[in-house]
Amino acid sequence: MRPDIKREKRRKREKTPKQKADRSILGLVYLIVALFLGLMGYVGYFLAVSREDVINNSYNARLDNFSKTVERGKILSSDGTVLAVTEEAEDGSEVRRYPFGPLFSHVVGYSARGKTGLEALGNFYLLTSHTNPVSQIGEALTGRKNPGDQVVTTLDVRLQQAASDALGDKKGAVVAMEPASGRVLAMVSKPDFDPNGIADIWDSIVSEEGQARLVNRATQGLYPPGSTFKIITLLEYLREHPEDYDQYQFDCQGKITYGDYTLRCYHGTVHGSQTLKEAFGNSCNGAFASLGLELDKKGMADTAGQLLFNGEQPLSLAYSKSRFSMGEDAPDWEVLQTAIGQGLTQMTPMHCLMVTAAIANGGTLMNPYFIERVENAFGEPVKSFEPTVYGSLMDGEEARILRDMMAWVVTDGTGSALRTEAYTAAGKTGSAEFETGKETHAWFTGFAPVENPRIAVTVVVEEGGSGGQTAAPVARQLFDLYLGQADGE
Amino acid sequence: MEGLIVGASNYVTILMAAMYTYWNFRCFGVDEERRDRYLKRQNRMMFLIHFLSFSVMFLKTGDERLFPFYGAQAAFLWCFLALYGKCYRSRCKLLANNMCFLLSVGFIILTRLSFDKAIRQFGITVCSAVAAWLIPFVIRRMWQLSRMAWVYAAVGLGLLAAVYVAGDASYGAQLSLKLGEVAVQPSEFVKITFVFFVSAMFYKSTDRRQIIVTSAVAALHVVVLVLSKDLGSGLIFFVTYVFMVFVATSDWIYLVLGFAGGCGASVAAWKLFAHVQARVIAWRDPWADIDNRGYQITQSLFAIGTGSWFGLGLYQGMPGKIPVVEKDFVLAAVSEEMGALFAMCVLFICLGCFIQFMMVACEMEAMFYKLVALGLGVEYIVQVFLTAGGVTKFIPSTGVTLPLISYGGSSVLCTFILFSVVQGLYMLKREEEEDYEAGY
Repeated sequence: MRPDIKREKRRKREKTPKQKADRSILGLVYLIVALFLGLMGYVGYFLAVSREDVINNSYNARLDNFSKTVERGKILSSDGTVLAVTEEAEDGSEVRRYPFGPLFSHVVGYSARGKTGLEALGNFYLLTSHTNPVSQIGEALTGRKNPGDQVVTTLDVRLQQAASDALGDKKGAVVAMEPASGRVLAMVSKPDFDPNGIADIWDSIVSEEGQARLVNRATQGLYPPGSTFKIITLLEYLREHPEDYDQYQFDCQGKITYGDYTLRCYHGTVHGSQTLKEAFGNSCNGAFASLGLELDKKGMADTAGQLLFNGEQPLSLAYSKSRFSMGEDAPDWEVLQTAIGQGLTQMTPMHCLMVTAAIANGGTLMNPYFIERVENAFGEPVKSFEPTVYGSLMDGEEARILRDMMAWVVTDGTGSALRTEAYTAAGKTGSAEFETGKETHAWFTGFAPVENPRIAVTVVVEEGGSGGQTAAPVARQLFDLYLGQADGE
Repeated sequence: MEGLIVGASNYVTILMAAMYTYWNFRCFGVDEERRDRYLKRQNRMMFLIHFLSFSVMFLKTGDERLFPFYGAQAAFLWCFLALYGKCYRSRCKLLANNMCFLLSVGFIILTRLSFDKAIRQFGITVCSAVAAWLIPFVIRRMWQLSRMAWVYAAVGLGLLAAVYVAGDASYGAQLSLKLGEVAVQPSEFVKITFVFFVSAMFYKSTDRRQIIVTSAVAALHVVVLVLSKDLGSGLIFFVTYVFMVFVATSDWIYLVLGFAGGCGASVAAWKLFAHVQARVIAWRDPWADIDNRGYQITQSLFAIGTGSWFGLGLYQGMPGKIPVVEKDFVLAAVSEEMGALFAMCVLFICLGCFIQFMMVACEMEAMFYKLVALGLGVEYIVQVFLTAGGVTKFIPSTGVTLPLISYGGSSVLCTFILFSVVQGLYMLKREEEEDYEAGY
C-alpha cells in the first residue's frame, strides 16, 4: 500500500469539523426530545394522579359548570343513611334536600347559597359521574343529566343525634372522633339552622343578632379554654420536671393572692394539700397558677406552638386558628391567668379534640377526616380514603402520664359524671370565665375506654356553668351510646 | 343532541390531530412519493379540525360573524400553502404544513378567547406572511449576509437599549416600544439578528479571541434583557448562545462552562431581583398565595386539570379566568377546552419543526448557514419549552409566548421570518443538489 493512500485513510477516520458539528447537533436533538418527554410525562402524571386533588378547590370556578351535565350526588352517613340528596321539584328544577333538617347543618353544610361543610369539601366528587361510559353517552343523547358520585362520610347519625339532643337548646359545640384513625364521628354546633331552603331563610339568619347560626362553632368558635388548658400547662411542667413531677406539693386555701390580684378555685373550694395528680384532677387553680409561674415562658410558648396554637390545623373544613399570645415578657398576672386557661388564650373545640385524641393515641395525632370513600351512583367504589398521620404532638411517655392523670380526673376528680362500671374513661373539665357577671362556659374533653381509646369527645356549652356538671354528662351520653352500641353488635 | 356533537367533536379533533402528528413523524423516514401522500393527508386533517372547531363555536354561540371569519382564515391557509408551493417549488412542505397547522390552532383558540383580538391577529398574520415571502429569495442570493456581523450586533443592541430606556412595562417587564399606535416588541426581532450575529462571528473564526469577543457581545444582549426584566427572552438568548458555541467549536468545555455560568447567573438573579423570587415562590408553592402570586399558575392548573385528557369543549371551560391567557398561557386554554392530548399533539408538532430545523442545520455545508439554522431552531424550541413548562408548573413561569399560537403581532411576524429563513436554507440545499444532479 502506498503511503499517501494510508494517510488518506487516516484523514477519513478523523472527523471533519462539519461531522463533529453534526454530531453535536444530534446530541442536542436528543437532549431537547428528552426534555419534552419529561414535560409530557409530568403532565401525564398530573392528569392521572394529582388532578382531582388539585382541581377540587374553591378557587376553581369551573366546577360549577359540571352541574350542567351532572346531577349532584348524595352525601351519606357512614352506615349509608342519606344526609343530602338532590331531587327534582314539581317544576322540573333541582332541589337539594336534607332529610335530617338542622341536625347536620354545619358539618354537611349547604350548596344553595355558596357552599359550606362537606358540600364544599366533596363538591368535585358530587359533581363527577363515574357511571359506565355507555350509559353516560345514553344520558347525553337523551339530554338527561348523569347521576353524580356519592360521598360516604365518617359521620354516625345516632351519635350526631345524641350529641344534638344532649346539647338541647344551649349554644355550644360537640365533636367526636376516633383517636386511632382521625375519623370524625359527630360534629354539632348550636344554634343551628335548616339547610332546606337556606336561600329563603338567609336574610333572617344573617340579620339575627348574637346568634351567629351559620358559624360552625366546633371548628370556628374561639373560646377561652379554661381548665382544659391545664392539660397543656401540665405537659409543659412534665417536660421541665421529667424526674420529679410526682414530688410536687401545693397547699390550697381556696384562693391565691398575688400582689393586688386574687385568684380563686372554682366556687372557692379549699382543696388543701395537693399532689400534681390531685391538683389536676380537682382542677385546683391555685396550684396551677403557682406552678405556671415557675415554668419557662419560652418553653410554654414552644409547647403551645407544637400543639397547633397560632398555626395551621390539619382540617379540611373552614376553621379558626387558636390563639396563644403569652410572650417572654408577660407580666406575672398574665402568666397566672394563662396557666389556668384564662387570659388571652383562645381555642376551638375541634383543636381541643385533636390534642385530646393525640393523648389517647400515644402522642400521635391522626389527621381528622370526614370522607370515608366515594362511590358512583350505584354504590360501586370510586375512591377511598385511608387514615393519615399528622405527626407526633408529644412523646409516648408524656401521653401515658397525661392519660393516667386524665383517668384520675374521672375516677377521683371533677369528671365524676363519667364514672361507670361499663367502661373506663379519661378527661378534663373546664369552666371558663369570659365576661364578668355571666355564667362560665362549660368544657369537657376526654376519651374512652382508657386502655384502648375508641372515641374522643370535646364538648363546649356556652354559659353552661360547671364543666363537670354540664359538659361532662353530654360526653357521657356519647360514650354510653358509642361503646354500648358496638358491644351490642 | 347539541351537547353530544360538541362533546364528540373533541374526540374527533384529538384523533385527527394525533393522525396529523403521526404523519409528521412518519415523513422523516420515507421516500418522496409517500411523503407527499402523508403531507396531503395532513392538509386535509388541518382543514377538517379547523372546520369542525368553527362549527362547534357557531353551535355554541350562534354568532354569525364566525362565517366570514372562518372563510377568510380557511382561504388564507389555502392560499398560503398553494402560493408558497407555486413560488418556491423546492420548499420544505412539512415545515409549511406545520406552520399552517399551528396558525390554525392559534386562530381557533384566539377566536374563542376574544373575537376582536383574533381579527387583529389574523390581519397581522396575513401581513407577516406577505412580508416574509421574500425572505427565502433573499437568503438564496445574498451571501453577503455572512459578512455583516457588527451590523447585526449594532441593530440588536440598539433595539434592546431603546426598550430599556423608553419601553412600556407590562406585568413588571419592559417589553414593548410604542410607535404611534402600534406597540412593537423589539426583543422578538433581536432574536433573529442575534443568531445572525453569532453565526457570522463564528463563521469567520472560532479561535479563542473571537469566542471571547462574541461571548462579551452576547452577554451584553442578555444583560440588557435582564435589566429590562425580560427574563424569558434573556434565558432564550443565553441557552441559544451556549448551544451555538458548542456546535461551532464541538468542544464540550463550552457546554460545561455555559451551564455552570447559567446556574451561577440564576442564583445571582434570584438573590438580586424581587421579581425572580416572586416567580420562583409562585412556582414552588402557588397554593400558599393563591390570591396573588399563585393566582395565575393555579388557575392554569385548574384549567388543564378540569379539561383533563379530552378537554371540556370549546366555549365550555373558563379560560378567561387565567390572566393573560391569550399570550403566555394560551396553551392552558388549548388544553382546557380542546384537551391535554390535543395540546400534547401541538407540542409534538413544535418538536417536529425543531427536528426539521436541525435536519436542515446538518445538511448545510457552510458553517454560517449551519449555525443560523441551529440558532433559530434552538430559540424556537426553548421558547416553546419555557411556555409549556410554565403553564404546567413544570418550571417557573418566564412569561414567554407560544410562537404562532399566542396573541401578539411582533411574535407572529418574527416567527414567520424565522421559519422563512430556514425555508430559504432548505431550498438552497435542495437546489444545489438538483443542480448537481442535472450535471452543472
